[in-house]
Amino acid sequence: MSLLRVEHLSKKFGNSSVVDDLSLHVKAGECLGMIGPNGAGKTTTIRMCLGLVAPDAGRIEAFGLPIPRQVRDAKNRIGVVTQLDSLDPDFSCAENLRVYGSYFGLPKETIEARIPRLLEFSALQAKAHAKPSELSGGMKRRLSLARALINDPDLLLLDEPTTGLDPQARHLMWERLQQLLQQGKAILLTTHFMDEAERLCDRLLVMDNGRSIAEGTPRGLIAEHLESDVVEVYGEGARAAADRHGHLAQRVEHSGETVFFYLCEPRPMLQALAEQDGLRTLHRPANLEDLFLKLTGRQIRDDA
Amino acid sequence: MLIPIYAAPRVSLRFWPVLLRNWLVWRKLAGPSVIGNIAEPLITLVAFGYGLGSLVGQVQDLPYIEFLASGSVAVSAALAATFEALYSAYSRMQVQRTWDSIMNAPVALDDIVFAEMLWAALKALLSVSAIIVVIFLLGISREPTMLLALPVLGFVGITFASIALVFNAVAQGYDFFTYYFTLVMTPMTFLSGVYFPIEQMPGWLQQLAYVLPLTAAVELVRPLIIGHWPPRVLQPMALLASYAAGGYFIALVLTRRRFFG
Repeated sequence: MSLLRVEHLSKKFGNSSVVDDLSLHVKAGECLGMIGPNGAGKTTTIRMCLGLVAPDAGRIEAFGLPIPRQVRDAKNRIGVVTQLDSLDPDFSCAENLRVYGSYFGLPKETIEARIPRLLEFSALQAKAHAKPSELSGGMKRRLSLARALINDPDLLLLDEPTTGLDPQARHLMWERLQQLLQQGKAILLTTHFMDEAERLCDRLLVMDNGRSIAEGTPRGLIAEHLESDVVEVYGEGARAAADRHGHLAQRVEHSGETVFFYLCEPRPMLQALAEQDGLRTLHRPANLEDLFLKLTGRQIRDDA
Repeated sequence: MLIPIYAAPRVSLRFWPVLLRNWLVWRKLAGPSVIGNIAEPLITLVAFGYGLGSLVGQVQDLPYIEFLASGSVAVSAALAATFEALYSAYSRMQVQRTWDSIMNAPVALDDIVFAEMLWAALKALLSVSAIIVVIFLLGISREPTMLLALPVLGFVGITFASIALVFNAVAQGYDFFTYYFTLVMTPMTFLSGVYFPIEQMPGWLQQLAYVLPLTAAVELVRPLIIGHWPPRVLQPMALLASYAAGGYFIALVLTRRRFFG
């Protein structure tokens, strides 16, 4: 059964369509990733699921409860991590959890029992009495996640939970999110990191201009939309190589001084390139980033 | 929960944890703030009350220091509530994103605005309590009716918090609040009979003074501080209530528009 179900959701701000006929669903123990350029409508979708933005059309149901009409009941079972940290700067880590728990009307004993468990979960036991200003970026994000778990939610809405973190902090966050999935929680996640999307998400929704432009498993999407291999050529001579050997690839893309050859059979291309001196090349399997760029384009968006 | 912008206020009991949150933060920082709350009126009362008072003599049959002290209590309540509902509420709303994080929990914007209004009034009450202690300790007044002034001062806090939240709802930065203090609160303080009787002013200014909420506050609070029953109760109460109700509703509508409009 889907914990969150969105059907034909649309929202306009003024004349511009921010979310356009979007449908999605998330089941227990499943992670659905929304990826898309800035302004694709990911955050607005999450805010509509929280009853903070009124949809122009479409239906949202969480746990079978209609949103926004019964959003208060639904929110008792939802945890949220927003893009920007909104921790209380005057409270310690433990106090942040305690005060946030009070907004759910939870009994004191329940909150007190959960605080040490959540501090442990977020690897912040040693920081129980530290204020957010004393925490690193990764610790702050983990405290935000712990805070989102204070009501023991069944559904988590995570808006770019690892943006701005170093690799160690990101890996720790991923590990924790995987634990939550194993516990059977449902996660709706937005991210700009394709490795994160590939690692965490069972299914992906690629969004652009408010629309869903592709949907499927990470591997399935790559197989469906891309050639199996990529050969990148950098620097001087790259453009000339593209002109000369382009016919050996299914697709050729340029980005500045770099050329991307997309191909199913890489051998002939690699041999041809090896005959040329001084070319820097990289041969790798096609990945989600290639998919993302193919579907949403390489150009920088106005608002990015 | 998405509420029509112009709907009547919808408050649930979830306002309580929000109020409590503000109280918990205040308690952490209370030491310095209590010292400030006592030092500021103490300095004003000693400097103006005794210094200027010795030149002025009696005002409305009162020693100047009693006239001044009894009026300043009302001003302090108004200023404390205003300050809290502007600078502090704005920090929580915009800078710290506290309101956003609370709204991700099952608490509505209407609950938050109600809690902020009530908290600003409570903060005003905490601050004037300190001043009343100073007035008592200096022996300016030791009338038991001073205690009756406290609920009235709480109501003054509610009124000024509600008005200030209107400006909080449309603020784009802290600078805006400086204008509010300079162009609204400071002139109002001089027009409301705190430092000198309203009757000293030209007739047209008196007309203006009588519709100001601070004049109503002074009219109620001054007699209670010096040990009398206010000559008029209903009219000034009604004036404060209209400002409170009108201000609160406008503040709520504008805040909803800010978040959901």
